[in-house]
Amino acid sequence: MKDCRKAFTQELLAIARKDRDIVAVTTDARGSVTLSDFASELPAQFVECGIAEQNAVGISAGLAHSGKKVYCCGPACFYVARSLEQVKVDLAYSNIPVTIVGVSGGFAYGALGATHHSMHDIAVLRCFPGMSIFLPSDAAVTARLTDLLADYPHPAYVRVGRGAVPEIYDPAKLDFSIGKAIVAREGTDVTIAATGESVAPALEAAKLLETKGIAAAVLDYSCIVPFDSETLRKYAARSGRVVTVEQHSRWGGLGSIIAGELSETDAKVRILGVPDENAPHGSSAEISHYFGLDAEGIAASTSEFLNLNK
Amino acid sequence: MNIKELTLLSERSRLRLLEVIYRSGAGHTGGDLSSLNVMTALYHRVLRISPATLDDPDRDRFVLSKGHCAEALYVTLESAGILEKSVLDSYGQFGCPLGGHPTNDLPGVEVNTGALGHGLSIGIGMALAAKMDGKSYRTFVLMGDGEQGEGSIYEAAMAGSHYHLDNLLAIIDRNGLQISGSTEDVMALEDIKARWTAFGWDVRDMDGDDMADVVKTIEATDWKGGRPHLIISHTTKGKGVSYMENVAKWHHGVPDEAQYAQAVGEISARIKKLEEEKA
Repeated sequence: MKDCRKAFTQELLAIARKDRDIVAVTTDARGSVTLSDFASELPAQFVECGIAEQNAVGISAGLAHSGKKVYCCGPACFYVARSLEQVKVDLAYSNIPVTIVGVSGGFAYGALGATHHSMHDIAVLRCFPGMSIFLPSDAAVTARLTDLLADYPHPAYVRVGRGAVPEIYDPAKLDFSIGKAIVAREGTDVTIAATGESVAPALEAAKLLETKGIAAAVLDYSCIVPFDSETLRKYAARSGRVVTVEQHSRWGGLGSIIAGELSETDAKVRILGVPDENAPHGSSAEISHYFGLDAEGIAASTSEFLNLNK
Repeated sequence: MNIKELTLLSERSRLRLLEVIYRSGAGHTGGDLSSLNVMTALYHRVLRISPATLDDPDRDRFVLSKGHCAEALYVTLESAGILEKSVLDSYGQFGCPLGGHPTNDLPGVEVNTGALGHGLSIGIGMALAAKMDGKSYRTFVLMGDGEQGEGSIYEAAMAGSHYHLDNLLAIIDRNGLQISGSTEDVMALEDIKARWTAFGWDVRDMDGDDMADVVKTIEATDWKGGRPHLIISHTTKGKGVSYMENVAKWHHGVPDEAQYAQAVGEISARIKKLEEEKA
């Protein structure tokens, strides 16, 4: 188990030691993001903006415009709401290559409530031309992505969770590149496409399904935009049935993208995500269970879906 | 350019501005006219920028935070040899590169603006990058006075003084009017000077309608001292066209044929006089 936030900040510190143009910007969130070591060791590459997300995104745009490689970091919920216009105009519309790193995304903040949840980030950012969207599934993908985005010529949004998640990939063998889904598991009966911290429970669900004789492929969409349509279509054609899983509203997220991609094919799609309601107060794990987004819930929904679409 | 030359150029730019707006049927005429003196002085005297140095990392930066005054920027870029005449002539045509708000796919435009309250933060990022890299370029941000209602500006105001950005100059085009009427009726801004001073900025006033005072005030900026700079440029909305001056409806009003002819007549008479004085 490893925390994606820490994987990000450890990698960022490592590459920033070698590249003085790398800058971390934050909004009184060095603790939440786990940037304290970075701030202590590389103060000249650290910009504290106080609790002011709009200003932080604008400052990040100005820094990047003048050659800095900027990672603008803080709770996901605020960057894709309070400062959404700055993300839209100063980054996406202006094509200024800042990476927004939104931590504790989805319902990772648990009982802190809807103020701190971000169920809409994929939906809104998907509509900004030129904005890339990443929800890395584990620490290895997060670290690799952090590395790749240093010289990425476009604005990007990276959402990670809060707690430790299973280490899905061996960093030495990881085959991740921007614009490609990772085939995390092969299977021909059904394809489960998941993103971010939903990939690990999707893989667990696939194991549960295996005990029932169902072979599920799992596609890891750590990279949502640019979207890898080719891999999706290949697996959808093979299995005919696709289940999507995400800590996001059922509307406008990975599920909607995949349903749209497959709309003129024969494949059936079931979207698992957050329904049109606010999450009850509870831990992230309890909320995940409540919405059927843990391994048991995903496996049960997938079985039912397959029974309906034999 | 000297003051007389800048004054003459600013009047010629008014003429070109009105032509562009009249022909295209669109523009933020009032604010264009109130901010033209400042943009003329910046591009023809103050800014270390030229058509050959648009991508030079050491060039001065200009951010038009009041992006709706794009037409004033376009005519200024044209006069500075940065924007081609044929491009400006396409303004208003479908698919032309010139928007009602400027975009950075045009030469000389640093960032896309148009949503108010963004430019100062971006300028702070640029100025901060200069400090980090030990570069001597300066950053200039032109804001509107109605724009001062945007809360993000005050986040930027705090950051500017927190980071001691004495390489940053913000200018407020204080023409006193916004789209719905007087700024003091819509949402009172005074005492602007006291507000910005309280934020730790080096604040000065200037008569933005007087080219001599514009040049003098901007050039008197002390680019050291540890404080970011703000100039409140007191101007007249619609400056230079008698029936537009201080009338809120000209915020984005477009003259009809007779009004256009009158405006051309007024500006041309001043240009003739200035040319005679020059000769």
